[in-house]
Amino acid sequence: MVPAQHIAPGDALLKVENVSLRFGGVKAITDVSFDIKKGEIRAIIGPNGAGKTSMLNVINGFYHPQEGLITYKGATRAKMKPYVAASQGIARTFQNVALFKGMSTLDNIMVGRTLKMKSSFFWQVFRHGPAMQEEIVHRRMVEEIIDFLEIEHIRKVPVGKLPYGLQKRVELGRALAMEPELLLLDEPMAGMNLEEKEDMCRFILDVKEQYGTTIALIEHDMGVVMDLSDRVVVLEYGRKIADGTPDEVKADQAVIDAYLGVAH
Amino acid sequence: MLYNIFIDPFMQMGAAPDLLVQTIWEGLVAGVLYALIALGFVLIFKASGVFNFAQGIMVVFAGLTLVGLHQKGVPAWLALFLTIGVMGILAMAVERVVLRPLVNQPDIILFMATFGLTFIIIGLGEFIFGGEPKQMIADELGLPQGTMRFDILGGKVIIQKIDVAAAVIASLMIAALALFFQYTRIGRALRAVADSHKAALSVGISLNQIWVIVWFAAGIVALITGIMWGARSDVSFGLQIIALKALPVLILGGFTSVPGAIVGGLIIGVGEKLAEFYWGPLVGGGIENWVAYVIALAFLMVRPQGLFGDKIIERV
Repeated sequence: MVPAQHIAPGDALLKVENVSLRFGGVKAITDVSFDIKKGEIRAIIGPNGAGKTSMLNVINGFYHPQEGLITYKGATRAKMKPYVAASQGIARTFQNVALFKGMSTLDNIMVGRTLKMKSSFFWQVFRHGPAMQEEIVHRRMVEEIIDFLEIEHIRKVPVGKLPYGLQKRVELGRALAMEPELLLLDEPMAGMNLEEKEDMCRFILDVKEQYGTTIALIEHDMGVVMDLSDRVVVLEYGRKIADGTPDEVKADQAVIDAYLGVAH
Repeated sequence: MLYNIFIDPFMQMGAAPDLLVQTIWEGLVAGVLYALIALGFVLIFKASGVFNFAQGIMVVFAGLTLVGLHQKGVPAWLALFLTIGVMGILAMAVERVVLRPLVNQPDIILFMATFGLTFIIIGLGEFIFGGEPKQMIADELGLPQGTMRFDILGGKVIIQKIDVAAAVIASLMIAALALFFQYTRIGRALRAVADSHKAALSVGISLNQIWVIVWFAAGIVALITGIMWGARSDVSFGLQIIALKALPVLILGGFTSVPGAIVGGLIIGVGEKLAEFYWGPLVGGGIENWVAYVIALAFLMVRPQGLFGDKIIERV
């Protein structure tokens, strides 16, 4: 594995260069380049089918782009497995919530600690010695996250039974349990009511403030995007059409055309 | 006629309670072994969605390896450890050669692949250890022999010591598995994979590693089943058809439930022994072999997901 380089705040944590992704003849992403700086909240926006989720999938190794380079923490890679991405500190949530539905909130978040737990299979089998101490240490971390996200009351509930808004919160908790350096959020506020959205916004800002986590998020609610993000990249039909601060992007003619349609 | 079906058997049960106890005990013993086989299926099905047709032959192969090694002069305990190692190698080989190249293929393809695997293991087993039935080395492994008699309910019940040992070992193993699944990192990862591959990948669980672990666990379960079953009859390739007995158990208990496999196994075991003993004479006997499937069929109509299984709702 490539040795992790230290990245100072403000430097690029992740760089995407000329990435193209095709599924057979369908072009999902065409020649997109942008970077994510350490410590910032970077929004990826665009109309449906613009390739936003595909972009996240490329970053965390679910998809392997046919062309282009991805540089993460100073190491450039052609292909990365999700397992490796996760172990290097990239965590994510999903558009349609991918939780372990049969398991409790606590267990779901504990699964997020998988990579941080190191005791051997041998001790695990006997549930003894180092494995036991490790459980206790990590359980404490998980309780902190549960506190932070204000979900104490649902810790033993199987997540399949929770309302959607809370599921999204548990999913965020699971990602946070990985102590990520780069957190990818795919529509963290989709399907939420106003109050839930405000809570989620607060959590995202707190994550950035308290843990210094770099965040890339996809979001459709423009109000949220403009409030939260430091910089915005706009995709349309798999191409990048704008990149800049929220104000710059808002004033960009190509973006306005993409969202409102253009008169022919 | 109706009297013979609905009343007479229960009169018999009441008249000779010791026989009833004996029958139920034998049913439970058979049930434990069915449950063990079903457990092997459930482990693999939960974690990878693969219905592993080869589970039955894995039971035979494990037993055969153990006995075969012993015949070649390896001490019994060493042979046991070596067999565990062989099951581990088998798990790794299956993951590397069968599962990994076929990832993301439809379930039926994977099912067919395990079908092929069955015949490869049969060939391999015959090639190395020969095809003739073998005696299980129960004595050498320290398993108790002989019988116990109890005088109860005005009669006597005879219990094989090996059956008691089988029940105890199976219960211990099931309890250990349950704890392992519930409270350890790897156990949680296994459950996580069973729930959502995508999410499991995103938190850094390696599917390949998990598959090796579940196949290894299923291999251990197969080994224990092979020892217990082999000690009751002998170790031969004919044993693999008991894998088919796991089907009604799975239908009853649900394909995704460990407790379901256990309860299902016990119900089928006791059900078929009772049916054979009390209702069998009405049709000239021999119903033990098919009554399990009848129970399963009846169950399918009422509760297709099984007693404890997840409700499967598939969009068409």
